[in-house]
Amino acid sequence: MPNTYNLIATSIVGSGGAASMDFTIIPATYTDLLVKISARSADSGTDIAIQFNGSTSTVYKITRLYGTGSGTPTSNNNASATSLINNMVTQPSYTASTFGNGEIYITNYASSNAKSVSIDGVTENNATASFATFTAGLWSPATQAAITSIKLISDGGNFAQHSTAYLYGISNS
Amino acid sequence: MPTKLIINCQTGEQTEVELTAEEIAQREADTKAYEADKKAKDAELAAQAKVKADVLKRLGLTEDEAKALLS
Repeated sequence: MPNTYNLIATSIVGSGGAASMDFTIIPATYTDLLVKISARSADSGTDIAIQFNGSTSTVYKITRLYGTGSGTPTSNNNASATSLINNMVTQPSYTASTFGNGEIYITNYASSNAKSVSIDGVTENNATASFATFTAGLWSPATQAAITSIKLISDGGNFAQHSTAYLYGISNS
Repeated sequence: MPTKLIINCQTGEQTEVELTAEEIAQREADTKAYEADKKAKDAELAAQAKVKADVLKRLGLTEDEAKALLS
C-alpha cells in the first residue's frame, strides 16, 4: 500500500503547443510511478500514446474498455502495439477551453520484469459524444529494464497550450 | 516545425526542442495508426447502431418506446 507521493517533475505546454511531453532521467528510487494528465489537442484526436525508454517496437500489449456517450461500451485489444494508448485528450471540436484528464499507474517500474500499467481517462465535452476509457497495459521488451523515461504523445497532432502532466514517485515504505 | 518538451527529472528543467526528421516520420506513422484505430472504432460503433436499429425495426418500436419499456 503506497504511503508516499512525491512530485518528481512537471510539464506544462506553452503557447506553441507540443507533439509530446518526455520525462527523462527518472530516478529509480521509488516503487511505483503515477502520471496525472490534463490535456487538450490543438489538432485532432482524443488518444494519448505512451512509450517507455524510447521503445517504439511492437512490445506493448493493451486491453481497452471504452464508452463513447452512446451505444454499448465496447472493448478491444492489441498484443503487438507500438505504444500504450488511452482516450484522455479533449479534441478541438469539443467544448472550448475544456481539458480531458487521466492517470497512468506503473507498478515496480525499476524492476527487471515486464511492467504492468493501468490507465484511465476521460475526454471532456458538453455534449453526448465523449470518451471514458480504461486500459490494462503491459510493456515487455526483449531485454527488460527499469523505466527511465516516459514519452506522452498526442496521437492526433499537438498538445494544446496549458496541457499538463505531473509525474509522481510512490514508495511502499 | 513541430516541437517536443523534454523534462529532466533530476533538475526539473523543461526544454522545448524541434523534432528530428526521424521523429517526424515516426509521428506521421503514429498518426496513420491512430486514424486506422479510429476508423475501426467508428466501424464498431456503426455496426452496433445498425444491429440496434434492425432489432427495433423488427419489433416495430421507436428508440424512445424501447427506452420506456426498459426503464
